[in-house]
Amino acid sequence: MPPREGTYGLLAEFDDPGDLVRAARQSYQDGWRRMDCYSPYPVEEAAEAIGFDRTRDRVPLVTLIGGLMGLTAMFLLETWINTLAYPIDIAGRPLYSWPAFVVPAYEWTILWAGLSAAFCMFALNGLPSLYHPVFNAPNFRNGATVDKFFLCLEALDPKFDLIEARKYLEGFHPLSVVEVEY
Amino acid sequence: MATSEIRPGSPEYERWVDPATGEFRVIEPTQTFKSITDKITRIVLTPHTPLGWFFLFSMFGSLAVMLLAAVTWLFLKGVGIWAISQPVAWGFAIINFVWWIGIGHAGTLISAILLLFKQKWRNSISRFAEAMTIFAVVCAGMFPLIHVGRPWLGYWLFPAPFTMTVWPQFRSPLEWDVFAVSTYATISVVFWYVGMVPDLGTFRDRAKTRFAQYVYGIISLGWRGSVKHWVRYETASLLLAGLATPLVLSVHTVISFDFAVAVLPGWHTTIFPPYFVAGAIYSGFAMVLTLAIPLRKFYHLEALVTERHMDNMGKVMLVTGFIVGYGYGMEAFMAWYSANHWEFFTFWNRAFGPMGWSYWTLITCNLAIPLTTLWVRKWRTNMTFMFIMSIIVNTGMWFERFVIVVTSLTRDYLPSSWGTYRATKWDYMTFVGTLGLFTTLFLLFVRFLPMIPMNEIRMLLPQAKIKPKAVAGNGD
Repeated sequence: MPPREGTYGLLAEFDDPGDLVRAARQSYQDGWRRMDCYSPYPVEEAAEAIGFDRTRDRVPLVTLIGGLMGLTAMFLLETWINTLAYPIDIAGRPLYSWPAFVVPAYEWTILWAGLSAAFCMFALNGLPSLYHPVFNAPNFRNGATVDKFFLCLEALDPKFDLIEARKYLEGFHPLSVVEVEY
Repeated sequence: MATSEIRPGSPEYERWVDPATGEFRVIEPTQTFKSITDKITRIVLTPHTPLGWFFLFSMFGSLAVMLLAAVTWLFLKGVGIWAISQPVAWGFAIINFVWWIGIGHAGTLISAILLLFKQKWRNSISRFAEAMTIFAVVCAGMFPLIHVGRPWLGYWLFPAPFTMTVWPQFRSPLEWDVFAVSTYATISVVFWYVGMVPDLGTFRDRAKTRFAQYVYGIISLGWRGSVKHWVRYETASLLLAGLATPLVLSVHTVISFDFAVAVLPGWHTTIFPPYFVAGAIYSGFAMVLTLAIPLRKFYHLEALVTERHMDNMGKVMLVTGFIVGYGYGMEAFMAWYSANHWEFFTFWNRAFGPMGWSYWTLITCNLAIPLTTLWVRKWRTNMTFMFIMSIIVNTGMWFERFVIVVTSLTRDYLPSSWGTYRATKWDYMTFVGTLGLFTTLFLLFVRFLPMIPMNEIRMLLPQAKIKPKAVAGNGD
């Protein structure tokens, strides 16, 4: 891992979600790729503007796989337990009583799917990560989780130049543009 | 439609109808992102805990301690200290189990089903309704465990490879319960926590003391509000809502199987699953009102939990109340129509037998009072009325469980095995103790966690809408 020092990026602060979306869309069109937006509530338009395609998001697929695994695991477990591992004859009822096995298998489908959805969402988001460079910006924690909207152009982008990028962001008339250090 | 009672041009109309969209406002106008955040963070991050909170906490905390005492004595002496015996072997433990689980259902209904139906008014009340679900499931889950007599062997219910090689028996509805309730508890906690993470991030950023910053910092997992994270977060929330919806319907269905799969007259009916689920939602909404009305007064949340919420919850109670009423009616009808002697006797015994008073209490509390009065909008938006109504419905639903469990068991097929049931002080202490535990947990939640989802309320504000010019604009 290369040493993390120097500039992480430039952070522009906006008052209005519309301004953020407009700035994000324009930057993406102008060829910026290493960028992110931060908002205190979901602003889907901003995510689309920076090229995040929600149809290619893997959370639903992982949830489906998790659910199917839960279903299979429980059904096979029940079948194995009640027919081979510990067969009990109860009033001559069949050992392989699949209708009775449906209920726990159904519950485990939901259990595994739900846990997959939650853990996959956090994992793909790279959370938990208690440290992130944007927290170093003096105005970020005042606004990003309350009422302000941020656009960050990251230094890893090949187009990034501290002075040019600052000028570029100021063209969107943000409340402020600050440099974020690692 | 009761909402048509508000005429255009009246002051009520001006206050509640958004002129831009013509739709009803969910929260009071003139709120901003900041005012909402301040309001909710101040409740938790204040160094001054209200005296009233300490008063309630000590009061309900002592009830929770009473539960501890009752359960300790139970573990020392065994379930014989309860009134359970033959023929009534289920008693208070199962009544309370079913009642508490039912209460939890409204929380999931509000957080999941109303989310899928895009009912935006749910946003203000969803978080504490979910918290209510979890604490109700905690109280409920305890009962079967202490009822088994030897709770230290409770792990036998789970299919785990023990050296004794004894495995559970999956053809029993009681085993299905284990999976339904444990899944319900887990998914409710996950849904609740996932929903809370962004708000915990707000707390982390607004906390003044070092300790609070550390704690909220860790439990908010480093949430920073990246829009890409938000999209995945919304996807996961929707998926969880979509999974919680069939789950919540299945949980009370499975619990009703405990009764319906048995051959006892009065239990062995196919109407039980839908009737249990409707009853669960009925009592759950009543409990949401019992909690919401004092909370909104105490913490001055009138702008966020408005009269409209009370109105809507009243309507949901009206609908589910009628479904429950249909269930009672159908039980009576089938008792006659089936021409089954025992079925008919059970019904007659419920209404006119020695425990008939409990049946008529339930009819009064669940049908006679609420279903005649909840029609009036003026009363549905009257807090005192709704609070009293919520207590009445919860009492009625408790008696419904009592009637189902006790009156069916006291007199089944063979008159020589008939019996009666009178709860002991330990039964009452355990039941009242769980009320204490529930309220204590809820008070802790209100004090330390965001009881209203700030991020969801922000989306309700008019300023959260992206103006068309900005969406269509190409660098204008």
